[in-house]
Amino acid sequence: MANNSTRTAQERIASVLLKAFVGMTCFFLIFPILAIIPISFSSGSFLSYPMPGFSLQWYEAVLQPFPWLETLWNSLFIAICATVLATTLGTLAAYGLTVSRFPGRGLVIAIIISPLIVPIIVVALGVYFFFARVGLLGTFTGLIMAHTALGAPFVVITVLATLQGFDMQLVRASSSLGAKPMATFRQVTFPLIAPGIATGALFAFITSFDEVVVALFVASPAQFTLPRQMFAGLRDQLDPSIVAMSTLLILFTSLILIVMELLRRRTQRIMGGR
Amino acid sequence: MSITAEFESDSGRAPEVSLKSKLRRAERQRQLKGLGLVAPLLTFLLVIFVLPIVAILFFAVSSPEVGEALPRTAEAIKSWDGKDLPDEATYRALAEDLAEGYEAKTVAGAGTRLNYQASGFRSLIMRTARKADEMQAPFKAAMIDRDERWGEIQYWRELQRAARPLTPLYVLQVLDLKQDETGAIVSVPENRAIYLDYLTRSLWISASVTVLCLLIGYPIAYFAAHTTSNWGYLVLGAVLLPFWISVLVRTAAWMVVLQREGMLNDLLIGIGLIGEPLQLLFNRFAVYIAMIHVLLPFLVMPLYNNMRTIPQLHLKAAGSLGATPFWAFWTVYFPQSLPGLSAGALLVFILALGYYITPALVGGPGDQMLSFLVTQFALEIGNWGMAAAAAGLLLVATLVSYAVFRLCLGARGFM
Repeated sequence: MANNSTRTAQERIASVLLKAFVGMTCFFLIFPILAIIPISFSSGSFLSYPMPGFSLQWYEAVLQPFPWLETLWNSLFIAICATVLATTLGTLAAYGLTVSRFPGRGLVIAIIISPLIVPIIVVALGVYFFFARVGLLGTFTGLIMAHTALGAPFVVITVLATLQGFDMQLVRASSSLGAKPMATFRQVTFPLIAPGIATGALFAFITSFDEVVVALFVASPAQFTLPRQMFAGLRDQLDPSIVAMSTLLILFTSLILIVMELLRRRTQRIMGGR
Repeated sequence: MSITAEFESDSGRAPEVSLKSKLRRAERQRQLKGLGLVAPLLTFLLVIFVLPIVAILFFAVSSPEVGEALPRTAEAIKSWDGKDLPDEATYRALAEDLAEGYEAKTVAGAGTRLNYQASGFRSLIMRTARKADEMQAPFKAAMIDRDERWGEIQYWRELQRAARPLTPLYVLQVLDLKQDETGAIVSVPENRAIYLDYLTRSLWISASVTVLCLLIGYPIAYFAAHTTSNWGYLVLGAVLLPFWISVLVRTAAWMVVLQREGMLNDLLIGIGLIGEPLQLLFNRFAVYIAMIHVLLPFLVMPLYNNMRTIPQLHLKAAGSLGATPFWAFWTVYFPQSLPGLSAGALLVFILALGYYITPALVGGPGDQMLSFLVTQFALEIGNWGMAAAAAGLLLVATLVSYAVFRLCLGARGFM
């Protein structure tokens, strides 16, 4: 009995220590992100507390057409195009990988996920050489294509995972009831795997929207993306307009996360909590 | 369109064929359909992704500059035995090539390329090329008269080596090796051995970040996976939120926190721990902090998913059999969490190895990794051979690490 009670005391101490450690780590993860938000409303031009006063001047600076808004539109345009391409190609590929086990399937999967393993700088350099040859350097097309290659693996992985939970009997049932293959896909398959596709698309979007290194190599000033602009700014001098833009991006990301969570709940409902 | 294939095969149009062959045909059609659906992405990736990377490996050993700018010389010197100075015909070829190349403004590229091989070669080429069109036979004497280095055999040996279409120069250089005059591979002098450090530093930083992430991430994942309260979701949210926020935003945040007038210095001074603000930015400390912040979620997520499948009952069972809590954890729980641990460690290590943005922004000159070397050679210096060699080295290091993790630790990898 005595032995048992010391053991629980030990366990209690371990549990307290664990909680303290977890709390500290969460603080480490969240604190810097939250700490910069108030500073973006500073009326001074230094990034330190205490702030001299409240002002929206840095948001005004960030909402100027040049350079911030222009690079934001570039980023959105490139990310949306890359997402559409990556999602289309990735979903088709994931469907193909699910319905049949053709020879060389393992190699195909290895090639498709390799953009996740190969260091981004190697991709950037290779794409630079290639685009220089075919005249895609400093074009939107080039940047969109490179970002599509980086985002597509995420789509394939998420859609593959969703298709694993998808009952292929439903396709047979639908066609046995007389539905044409396209109608089956549109009315049965697609609605059921749509949340997975959407998750993959969001991954692809974020991948492109947050990408710096390829943009560093292949974008000319006309295609500078928001991360490219922020990177240059951070390298040059840390000024409050970057912090204001960061705050806007944090809000934007939080919004996307909420959408994702809603999608996840919808999937769970449709798939019956599988 | 290819979706129709499966259903056509089901409807069975030819009743006379045996079931076996019908099945075989259906299977073949299914495979074709699968391939057809995968083909667009596969083709796209082969062209945009695989081909350029193969090209990098080629550029790391290719040496077209001298052969293109000085074609006759390259041809004439190919069969030279390297014992005595080349013959008059070779000197003549070089004089003509230089005269033409100077006119066409192509010699500068060859000069730069030769300079990688032996410093001073670029100025020698340019100096000779300026007067090459005035040279008369005998060209050997004329060239040596213009610059006596043309009478030194080592310059001709370097020229011969650089004129070959393939060169080991960049690969050797990135490994702090070189070919001496006889062509043997030797180490470069210690004060010029600067590139291999980038590889060892990349490996060291990646290993340190991986170990630190393991130490920090394991308790986090354990708590999130096994707590009965709703705190688990909150902790998971705290890990995932940074994951989704732009790397640049997070790096900017750390720069604000760690700068000289930043919050951490203010706090440390406020509680009287230090009198003067510390230099917390642009050093290894800042690199570790910012990289752990970015990479921790990649460790926690696979580990969390793994730990959720481990029944806590096992610990209780071990305890009832007399194991101390620590012994029960170590012998019963920990081995079961290894698959998630190794998958997470693989992700963190591989991602850390190719890191560029964070060290470039918050690190000092002594904290840069291989990626920095690639951008430096490509974007600042314009030495594409070295950029390709450094990128090739990084690629090989990544693939070897990936293989080691998968084979030795049985890590599951990305799928």
